[in-house]
Parts: sequence; C-alpha cells; structure tokens
Amino acid sequence: MMIKPILSALRRHKAGTILIALQIALTLAIVCNALFIIHQRVSHLSRGTGIDESNLVIVTNRLVGNTENFVPLIKSDLQALRQMPDVEAVYATNSYPLRNGGWSMGARTNPDQKKSTGQTAIYFVDEHALATLGVRLVAGRNFNAGDVIDQDPKKSIAGPVTIVTKALADKLFPDGSALGKNIYLTEEKKPSTIVGIVEKTQVPWVSSFASTWDQYVTFLPAVLNTDYNAYLVRAKPGQEAAVRAHVLDVLVKNNRMRTLPDENGVQTFADVRSKAYERDRGMAIMMGIVCAVLLAITAAGIVGLTSFWVGQRRKQIGVRRALGATKRDILTYFLTENFLIGGAGVVVGSAMAIGMSMWLQQHFETERMSVVYVLVGMVLLLLLGQGAVLAPAMRASKVSPVEATRNA
Amino acid sequence: MFGYYFQLGLRSLRRNPILTALMVMAIGFGVAASMTTYSVFRATSRNPIPQKSAQLFHPAIDNWGPEDTEKGEPPDSMTYKDVVALMRAHKAPRQTALYPIASALIPDDPSSLPQRQGAYAVYTDFFPMFDVPFIFGKPWSAEEDEGHAAVVVISKKLNDKVFGGANSVGKQLNLDGRLYVVSGVIEDWDASPRFFDLVNTGGFDKGAQLYMPFTRAIELQKQSNGNNNCNSDPGDGWDNYLRSECIWLAMWVELPDAAAAASYKQFLTNYVDEQRKAGRFRWPNNVRLRDVMDFLDAEHVVPAETQISLFVSLGFLVICLVNTVGLLLAKFMRRAPEIGVRRALGASRKEIYFQFLLEAAAVGVAGGVLGLLLTGLGVMGVGLVFEPAIARLATLDISLVLITLLVAVAATLLAAFYPTWRAAQVQPAWQLKSN
Repeated sequence: MMIKPILSALRRHKAGTILIALQIALTLAIVCNALFIIHQRVSHLSRGTGIDESNLVIVTNRLVGNTENFVPLIKSDLQALRQMPDVEAVYATNSYPLRNGGWSMGARTNPDQKKSTGQTAIYFVDEHALATLGVRLVAGRNFNAGDVIDQDPKKSIAGPVTIVTKALADKLFPDGSALGKNIYLTEEKKPSTIVGIVEKTQVPWVSSFASTWDQYVTFLPAVLNTDYNAYLVRAKPGQEAAVRAHVLDVLVKNNRMRTLPDENGVQTFADVRSKAYERDRGMAIMMGIVCAVLLAITAAGIVGLTSFWVGQRRKQIGVRRALGATKRDILTYFLTENFLIGGAGVVVGSAMAIGMSMWLQQHFETERMSVVYVLVGMVLLLLLGQGAVLAPAMRASKVSPVEATRNA
Repeated sequence: MFGYYFQLGLRSLRRNPILTALMVMAIGFGVAASMTTYSVFRATSRNPIPQKSAQLFHPAIDNWGPEDTEKGEPPDSMTYKDVVALMRAHKAPRQTALYPIASALIPDDPSSLPQRQGAYAVYTDFFPMFDVPFIFGKPWSAEEDEGHAAVVVISKKLNDKVFGGANSVGKQLNLDGRLYVVSGVIEDWDASPRFFDLVNTGGFDKGAQLYMPFTRAIELQKQSNGNNNCNSDPGDGWDNYLRSECIWLAMWVELPDAAAAASYKQFLTNYVDEQRKAGRFRWPNNVRLRDVMDFLDAEHVVPAETQISLFVSLGFLVICLVNTVGLLLAKFMRRAPEIGVRRALGASRKEIYFQFLLEAAAVGVAGGVLGLLLTGLGVMGVGLVFEPAIARLATLDISLVLITLLVAVAATLLAAFYPTWRAAQVQPAWQLKSN
C-alpha cells in the first residue's frame, strides 16, 4: 500500500517524527493517569451517605464553664431545639457521616475472640436519631426513650442494646441472623444486643483509613457526658434556611456558656459534604484542567509541525498530483502518516502510562489503574491526532499540480 | 551585533504569529502549572524553624508492639506515664511535653458570649526551645511548672482583644470559669508547618492563642483536643487513663549536638529496656529520635495531593517543552535558505548559534511573562483546588517571580538547543544550489 513511501519520507524527518511521537506518548501517560485520578475522586464524591441530606442542619458546639455534668445541659438544649417551630427532629451525637473525626472500635461476635470480626464507627444517639437522619430501619425496632442512658465517656461504652447497619450485620453474621444476636465492643465481654438493623449509614471518615468498612456503623443509645458534641437538626421541608438562621439564638438564649468554632459552627449537610470532599474535588478539578490544556497543546503541536511539513513538501505534492494522484490520495497520505506516528506514540505511551501508574501506586498508595484507561486514552489520542492533522492535510490536498513546475 | 540579531529574531517571530503564539502559550502554560503547584509544595515542605531544626528532636518509643503498629514504626504519640518519666529524667537541656487543649475565654460582661481559643498545654521550655518571640513579660518559671500554677502566655491577637494591646503581664483572664495570671504576651507566632503538633493538625491549622502549664492542664483533667488512641480499654476514670497505654501526647527535646543526640537515644533505649524488664513490653526495642525535618518527612506532612500535582505539572512542562522543540525546529528549518545565504556571506556557525538562541530566548521571556500572569492567577485560584489551610500558604513572592522567569527562559533555551544545532548544520552550498 502507501505505507512504504510514507515510512521512507518519515525517515527524512526523524527529529520531527520522534518529537511528535514522544509528545503523544507523554501526553497519553499523563492523561490516562489524570483521568484515572479524576474517576477515583469523583467516585468518592458520589458515594452515598445513606442519610437524607436535605433539610439537615448541624450545630457543633462546646459547652463551657466549671461543670462536671454536661448531660442536663445537653438535654435542655435538645428540649429548646425541639420547640422551634420549623424543626422536625433533633438529637445530640459525638459524630455523623462525613465529619472526618469520630470513634471506631473492633466488633466481635464471640466474647473470647482475640481479633475483631469487623471495625465499626460508633455513633452515640438517642431515639430521635433515625428520624433526624432519615435512615430506614429494615429489621427490628428503633431505640425507645428507656434505652438511652447517660454515659461517662471515660467508662465502658458498651450499652445493652444497639442498632447496626445492614452492611455491618452481614459482615458479623453472614447467615443473615444478626437481629437479636449479641456483639462485643469492649474487652470486658459486656454484650450489646442488636435490636434493629438500618439500611445504610456511612462512617465519619472519607479517607482511605475507612475505605474497606465505610458502611460499618454501630448506633449506641446514650447521651455522652462531654462538653463537645454536635446537634443534628432536621428542619421541616424547605425550612432549612430558617432553622439555620435561628438555631444559634435559641441555643444561646437557653444557655450562653458555649463556644462555637470560628467557621462551621452552624452548617447544613451540604456544607459538611463540600468540606469533607474538598481534597477530592480539588484534585479532580486540577487534573481536569491539566488534561484539557495538555490535549489542546498536543493538538496545536501536531497542527504546527504538520503544517510545516506540508509547506516543505508543496513541490513533491505538486509532482504527485501531476502524476495522477487524486486530492483524496494526498489527504489519505497525511492522515496515514499521522496515524503511523500516533500509533508509535500511543504504544510507547501506554507503557509509560502503566509505568507512571505503578510509580504513583508505590509512592502514594493510590489504587491500581485499570487497562481500560490506557485503551480509552489510546483511542482518544489517535482521534485527537487525526483531528489535528485534518486541516493541514486538507490544505495539502488543495495544492495544485502546477506547483510541480515552479521553482521552490 | 546583539541589536541586529534581536531585530532579526523579532522579525522572524512576527512572520509566523500563530506559531510564535503557540510556543509562547506552551511555555507559559507549562511554567505556570509547574510554578503554581510548586508554590503549594514549597509552602508545605518548608523548614518551619531553619535555625534550630537540627537541634530539636522528637522521641518515640514502641509501647504497642508489632501487633498494633504499622510498618515497624513506633506510634507517633506517647502515653502520659512515658512522658512523665522522660521529663523527670531530664536528660536534655531543654524539654517539653505538649498537647492541644480546648479553652474558652469567658468575658466579664454577662451579655457577651464565651470565645473559644486554640490552646496548648506545654512546659516552660517550650518558649525558648522554639524561639517564640515575647512582646511583654516572659515564660512562666520552672517552679510554676512544678506547682501546677494558674498562669498563661497569650498571643498578641488575644492581648489586643482583651487588654487593648496594653502590657497585660500580671493581669487576670477567666478561662472556663477559672482565673489565670498572664505571665507573658507573644507575637502572633506559629510554626508552619506546625512540626510540634503534626499528629493533630497535619501541620496546617490556625495559630494557637494561649499556652498554659502542662501540669495545670493535667491537674484539671483536661482531655486532649486532638487525637487519643488506645489499643486496649483504659478502664474507668482519669487516673486509669493516665496509667494506660493510650497515646495522646507529644514530647520534644533540644539537644545541642550529635553527641548529645546519640546519648539521648541511648537513654531512650535504656529506658525501654528497663520497662521490658519490668514486664511491660514483650517485643524488641524500637525507639526513634528524629529531628524536625526527619519528623516532617516521616509524618508525610506534604499531602500526597500536593506531590502528585507537582509531579503531574512537571510532566506537563516536559510535554510543553517537547512541543516547543518541534515548533522551533519547524520554524528554524523553514529558514534554511536564509541561513545558507548568511553562512555563504561569511557568518560563522557560532554567530548562527547566537542568533537563533537569542530568538529562542525572546520566546522564553515572552513565555515567562505569560507564565507569570498565569501563575498569579493560579496562586489566587489554589483555594479552589487545595484546602484553605494549605492554600493560604501559597504566595507569589519575589523569589517565585524570579524562579518563574528563570525556569521559562532556561527551559526555552534547553528546548532551542537541538533546533539551533540543526540550523547551524545547514550547508550553504546546498541551499544556494537548490534555489
């Protein structure tokens, strides 16, 4: 076919050929990895918390003053919040999904077991928690007011009853018989009976720390005697802004001896989500920009060099046209030429992409990139190359046979 | 000659405005991406205390054993009992244990709200060890450490807020319902990265507003405002907690030279040996004594995101350079006839080199200026990509401006080297003949 003359022509432009191929190879290596990073981060972002995230306001505060017992203060705060006209449900807790801080423990199914069966996040809650979070109970019952105990956080935390997520229930009791069974959270072999199972709730952490157990949650019915806690407030539909605006006044009126963080003292769950995934979102944006600019620059480079080659070969093109080559032949010539260079580039580039992915994996403990990204990247770059070469190739095909007779 | 070549260069650049613009943009974008991510990397990887970083050490001992630790590293925090033992032994000229606490400033006026203040519980050596600059007063005394005294050192910001910026030494402050005497006021000081509390801050956080004696905070049973990790149930109550293997404290020592560091490490080893003999540990010795920079490194204070971004944008710059090499090659070789004429009229290869490198340098300068503008935008925009605590550290200062321009010109000259060499190889006879 036409490949042999193309190859021999390329041999006369070694430097340019190698440069374009190298640029395509490097671009492929970076774009594949960048796309992989974007996909990974975006899949973090789209992970569901299992809770109804709308109309949820979160107040983080610290009760201050010379007090030993904070439980009555917390209960009186909750009372005041429940009397707000736009509030549907309220509870106090140590942590909640995406908070990025909290309490985790190993859960065992047998008191004498040495290694735990599964790691779990602990949420201390009361009987209003499921309604506030909008989490669905799939088996058993909710806590009732009688279950909720006052808990000294420095003492054993394993209460007599617990609600767990379905994911944790299945992990601890793979045969599906979790309801009514006992689990053991502390070393003193005090059992906690599973009285309810909820569909889905996420742990507080979004980092890789909890990535293998991000749905393993244990709810314990207790008010922690501690100065630092979060109030989760479910506003009536559409009343989120009103609750957000007034919630602090209500609390301060109830008791002024409290402090809130400078930022994020009162936030909606949307704020919590955006903060939790700050790094993931930033990384995805950054890699997206890099990909776009990189592809643009590579395309521009191909246009530039091919235009130069076309300019250089006007006379030869004229000769070929004069000898009977059609416009189409010329167009195909340049497209094929670019395809060959691009092909060499993506072959080298795919090896570089995999090498770079392995390097990232080794140094930053990222996950392994699937080959699909390389294949997609290869197709993308070949198409980009063909697209970029189209304009100069069209110009080449329009060279008139008369050029053959001109000097230079 | 210089002026003439410069004019030639400009004319040539003007002849192909699109090709020129393409090169300038490639250099500009490549340099800007690298410099923006470099500014973040530089901020997160800097030495927070260059004058003393080699004399400040973070001791660590393995009180958890191989089952509860990762990669053979001892835990990066300490138990209360170990910290107390090391402090009592006093084997370093200066030493401090520390942990973050939450403190609320309660105003005298009952209608105004308490204010939360970031605080640390430290020993008095903290201030001279870390070169903390005082405006008024001085650190509390060692006797006050011993006596669990109710004294505080406050920041300028807090002093301005409460005492209107006046000398407040000896005045009183109500914290969580208890009165404290101000012993000193310091500048708004913080270490960036905050090496002495990496475990709780990751290195980047808002500055602390006050410091109180460690012994006082322990007496008040103040819990850490940061991490607390237990590998076994500590049991009920504060005293059991203090006796437990829960880790929640940091320890720092100042050791003047390598000999002192070696003997301190020996002391740590001996201490662990004693503990093992007493039956506390059943695993081999595993102690660390890291100076500031080693500790920053071991704690991975530079976020992976920062490093990956820098790495990717350097790759981006390389691609932009490869691109520039190709474009310059095309540009220079198109002028082969002109080169042939100049060579035939007596221009030496050296002069051809000079002419074309100068032209490339002009592209580099233009790329650098564009890169600088884009870096400025990039640094302003890092807040979109990096979290605020890190983003606010990235600044466009004089050194970054110079580095940006330098990198742009150097990179372009590097890229121009091969095309220029090719241009200088043009045989005058060939060119003249084919015309």
